[in-house]
Amino acid sequence: MTKRRAKRRKIDIFLTGIGGQGVLLASEIIGQAGLSAGYDVKKSEVHGMSQRGGSVTSCVRLGRKVYSPLIERGTADILVALNPEEGRRHIGYLRSGGFLLEAPQGTMERLKNRRTFNIAVLGMLSAHLDIPEKLWIEAIAASVPSKHLEDNKEAFFIGRELGGGSHDL
Amino acid sequence: MFAAAYPGTPSTEILESLATYEEVDCQWSPNEKVALEVAIGASMCGARSLVAMKHVGLNVASDALMTLSYTGIKGGLVVVSADDPGMHSSQNEQDNRNYAKFAKIPMLEPSDSEETRLFVCRAFQISEKYDTPVLLRLTTRISHSKSVVRPAVRRKLEREMSFDKDIAKYVMVPANARLRHRLVEKRLDRLSAFSERIAINRIESGDRRIGIITSGISYHYCKEVASNASYLKLGMSYPLPVNKIREFSKTVRRLFVVEELDPFLEEQIRALGLKVQGKPIELRCGELNPELVREILTGRRSHRKAPGAEGGGRAPVMCPGCGHRGIFYVLSRLKLQVTGDIGCYTLGALPPLNSLDTCICMGAAIGNAAGMSRVLPPEKRKKVVAVIGDSTFLHAGLPGLMDMAYNQTGVTVIILDNSTTAMTGRQDHPGTGRTLKGKETKKVDYEKLCLALGADSVQTVDPYDLEAVRQAISKAMEEEGLSVIVSRRECVLVSRKRYAPALAVDAEKCTGCMLCMKLGCPAMEVTEEEKVEINALLCNGCGLCSQVCGVEAIY
Repeated sequence: MTKRRAKRRKIDIFLTGIGGQGVLLASEIIGQAGLSAGYDVKKSEVHGMSQRGGSVTSCVRLGRKVYSPLIERGTADILVALNPEEGRRHIGYLRSGGFLLEAPQGTMERLKNRRTFNIAVLGMLSAHLDIPEKLWIEAIAASVPSKHLEDNKEAFFIGRELGGGSHDL
Repeated sequence: MFAAAYPGTPSTEILESLATYEEVDCQWSPNEKVALEVAIGASMCGARSLVAMKHVGLNVASDALMTLSYTGIKGGLVVVSADDPGMHSSQNEQDNRNYAKFAKIPMLEPSDSEETRLFVCRAFQISEKYDTPVLLRLTTRISHSKSVVRPAVRRKLEREMSFDKDIAKYVMVPANARLRHRLVEKRLDRLSAFSERIAINRIESGDRRIGIITSGISYHYCKEVASNASYLKLGMSYPLPVNKIREFSKTVRRLFVVEELDPFLEEQIRALGLKVQGKPIELRCGELNPELVREILTGRRSHRKAPGAEGGGRAPVMCPGCGHRGIFYVLSRLKLQVTGDIGCYTLGALPPLNSLDTCICMGAAIGNAAGMSRVLPPEKRKKVVAVIGDSTFLHAGLPGLMDMAYNQTGVTVIILDNSTTAMTGRQDHPGTGRTLKGKETKKVDYEKLCLALGADSVQTVDPYDLEAVRQAISKAMEEEGLSVIVSRRECVLVSRKRYAPALAVDAEKCTGCMLCMKLGCPAMEVTEEEKVEINALLCNGCGLCSQVCGVEAIY
């Protein structure tokens, strides 16, 4: 087992989208990558209705020691919206100074496989987190079917390139 | 090790995960009662057995549980109840901690993933040491959250499976049961003493001004907002460690109880004569979160809505190409009175279909329809139709159908056979021909089964053919007696294949009458020109919309 470095800063990420977009897979990958990077991680989601096109939300909390798996309103550092409407509905979860992360227009068209949209947004998110690229790729490889790995990696890098942005946590 | 379950959110993944371990023998059962009975049999022969179910599933299994408390076990037996405070995916939010008290059995409540792993081990040990089933109570936020788990070394138990005849223990006739009940009361006494000693009921000394007694997920919400307070964290929340509670109460200035749903701990602590602060009555509804815990501890209302209660949420809908849609479209056009049941098809109650009128519990559609037809005058009786999914029919629908045949209250029953337990995420059942472990097996023949139970006629239709559905329903309504229609079309999430190429709308021909929008298909959108457009990415090609269109604009 690799020696884990205890990271101090707490990062609360609230993800939202609609059923079938891959919100839960994206949060799974963030959790895995965070864990490998030495964070304590808690992740919470509700998925009974998620494949019926309903709203899907997920909380991923990274920190030195995380208690609640839920993120309180007004405290999320980053709100990741795979669907703009869902992003607006959950804007109240952001803390002041936190930011909304959405894919810019045209992102979908750049992807070889449209179902990797969630991974592209994950790539954008990765640019804001202190987690090495290698760990992201490992976490993606562990979570997606191997035959789709290349498409997903490509989507991740497209997102990572887009994601630099001007936001600072 | 043996495990059985009927799927139900938020418990389904437990058996799906266990099934990946080759050495664990596990199965789906047609309902929770059967699952528990099978587990009891395995336990009687010495196997450690686990059953998992959602909270309402324990209502179904409770008949077995109540008497299992009397007989006790041989191999450890753990009953996992996954409650759903806030009703993310349930028809009620009953607090199953009450079952521990009701059945007089010990209960463990983990607070996160690591504790869940640990508590399952502890539960088996307690079960075998005290000759009792143990209730492991989870909630949605425990089931559907992930946190770090420390893998432990697995110890394989080498046991020879055998049944030791013991009529006084296992045959619960009154004379034996009277003796066993006394043992149950003594056992509860011994468990109370054990509850004082067990390490998972621990005091965490902190700020003496606030003392919090809590369990389950509420513990972490409390730690989030009051990490410095003093805690009595209850891992074993029934029977309670009353001396430890008394002792703890003396060390703190103000004593709080923080728990979701019923004042289960609060009432028992008040009964000890201790002054304790619980939560306002309105918080008996729904789940807690850190914000609400802060309200409880400070007494100040935050005036914020609970997460998940945002207005205008996107409602779940039947998938594009869902076989249920054709049935509900016809039912809504015929303006029938439809008794419903638990499953994806409960979504038939939502607009624009609006064609499901009742939903109580698993199997209720058939009984409810029988009762309606019994009291309604003949002309109104004709309009009653029951709809029930395949998995739900096998779970609890059979006795209802027998009731209809036997009491001659027969109306029309539609079995929506999509060959899976769809709402919980596509699990196999006795009608699919596959086991939990993925092996081929026998498959229920619904048509023969219904005839054997006393149905006067059985028709089979493809719900993608609206005219056939209309004819089948009309024919069934005209018939005297009990008519069953089996609507057969595999769940689109199982086949994962597009039925036919995506359809498109000819904007020239489309008159904007919006008749097709009454299907409630998520692949159909209204354009700014008040015409309909089909999202080719979502469309499954089922063709219902083209059958509905009066001007042949959809091709």
